[in-house]
Amino acid sequence: MAILGAIHPVLTAGLNGAVDNNSGWQLKDYVARGGYSVLKKILAEKTPPDEIITVIKASVLRGRGGAGFPTGLKWSFMPRSLPGDKYLVCNTDEGEPGTFKDRDLIRYNPHAVIEGMAIGAYAIGATRGYNYIHGEIWELYQRFEAALDEARAAGFIGQNIQGSGFGFELFAHHGYGAYICGEETALLESIEGKKGQPRFKPPFPASFGLYGKPTTINNTETFASIPFILKMGGEAFLNLGKPNNGGTKLFSVSGHVERPGNYEIPLGTPFAKLLEMCGGVRGGRKLKAVIPGGSSAPVLPADVILDATMDYDGISKAGSMLGSGAVIVMDETTCMVKALERLSYFYHEESCGQCTPCREGTGWLYQIVHRIENGAGRPDDLALLGDITANIMGRTVCALGDAAAMPVQSFIKHFRDEFAYHIEHKTCLVPKDVQWAGSGFHKAAEVR
Amino acid sequence: MFTTETLQKFAREVAKYPAGQQRSAVMACLALAQEEKGWLAPETIEAVAKYLELPPIAALEVATFYNMYDLKPVGKYKLTVCTNLPCALSGGYHAARYVQDKLGIAFGETTADGKFTLIEGECMGACGDAPVMLVNNRRMCGAMTPEQIDKLLEECK
Repeated sequence: MAILGAIHPVLTAGLNGAVDNNSGWQLKDYVARGGYSVLKKILAEKTPPDEIITVIKASVLRGRGGAGFPTGLKWSFMPRSLPGDKYLVCNTDEGEPGTFKDRDLIRYNPHAVIEGMAIGAYAIGATRGYNYIHGEIWELYQRFEAALDEARAAGFIGQNIQGSGFGFELFAHHGYGAYICGEETALLESIEGKKGQPRFKPPFPASFGLYGKPTTINNTETFASIPFILKMGGEAFLNLGKPNNGGTKLFSVSGHVERPGNYEIPLGTPFAKLLEMCGGVRGGRKLKAVIPGGSSAPVLPADVILDATMDYDGISKAGSMLGSGAVIVMDETTCMVKALERLSYFYHEESCGQCTPCREGTGWLYQIVHRIENGAGRPDDLALLGDITANIMGRTVCALGDAAAMPVQSFIKHFRDEFAYHIEHKTCLVPKDVQWAGSGFHKAAEVR
Repeated sequence: MFTTETLQKFAREVAKYPAGQQRSAVMACLALAQEEKGWLAPETIEAVAKYLELPPIAALEVATFYNMYDLKPVGKYKLTVCTNLPCALSGGYHAARYVQDKLGIAFGETTADGKFTLIEGECMGACGDAPVMLVNNRRMCGAMTPEQIDKLLEECK
């Protein structure tokens, strides 16, 4: 079980069956919760697509994958009247360290994603779609395929849906281990059967997307929100959150809390409330820092995040990004140099290699943080790291380079003393046995 | 080269994509080929390319880009342990150390009896269940305490 709490739930409403992995997800369960009624109504009444987009715009639903771009606006970019194939793509390539919400949506509510995609396809005039599912979650790829079979058999996807004349074919595409494919144009390359290397933009996918055709890509949670928004109305969804930050959102909380897991809360909820829902910091220890939006988002020290609200504007004001809503909590037992070293290794490992500043720069960042962590840091290393990040940011095709640079910049900005201590004393400010004990799983293993 | 069952699965994947876009099925076909053969030998990759009417390089570049493809033989059970930050904060390194000690191998190595291969993994999108391990790319195991690791290793016959 991983949806552990909610305030005014929308996406997870009625999912009391989320206590076990294998019930509550099927078509019959979704229909019993009122599912597919919005799609049926739209098709029966032949609702003008513009009306649907107007409601989504009014809801101020912002993309749940990380960028927070307004969904209604994105949909309005599609050249609906252009003849020829158009595609709708769902991004379930959830690999941003800290994020595990889409996995639970596919696990517990896959038909909400399917209904949202069918409505989206109708609104933008797409007749074919794909859901790109993260490679490591094979079991949930299988579940989504099973849900597609159910939806196809019940006539909610396929040709001539509910006798309306509208057709939408939807398939699942299974990734195989590449963080970069969460970037939308890398994801399109990957569906085309190529290496997942991001494309130059413009042109944007709305004009040149999958197979060169107009394409709209949204995150899983974004699609899953669509049926509920259309049911409750745009304003009602907006009012659940706060102005410019509509609705509720899933937050994946990991790290040093008592109850890591997914929580659905209204945007604008104070971080302190979310932390309380998670049972507080593990073992009653002191909060040190939080990465509020997935590993690419700048880290925030405890005093800053404790005053912040969990919404796009609130976290931006606090100096970071809400991103995908992945909240990584670190307590006083965490060595910030070690934490950054692991993140820097990740970006080095996952750089697609296309752009020199990212391919080479991520390797340098890792090597330098690694040597600081291992007692071989040099006095000018922090300045060198700053210089390298400045030469990566804004100089690459996609945002992976920036995503690698921002943790380095923010960790050094907020925890400079800890880095300086490492370089000067060649060891951690936080004793190693304290760190080892802090991660809560140490009884069987000896500290080496 | 491939069993009838695998070929049927290949055809099902190709059918997901528009006519003439069978290249899109290369990721799935490589994964299925690996499932049947245990790993992707050069001739296996070439056979997938031939099936999809692609130049061999088009399949090879995909096989080398995505990190769940195995380009050399692995043990009967490939265990991938996530040590990324969210997992590390909840015992990822401890789980890694424990399973390494238990099997007597490091990351990237295979036990002498050919039964287990250990891989250090990146984020699997399951951080709430940390520590997380993936068995043969298919089965995700969470909350991998020493007791759970012992149990998993016993199950792997």
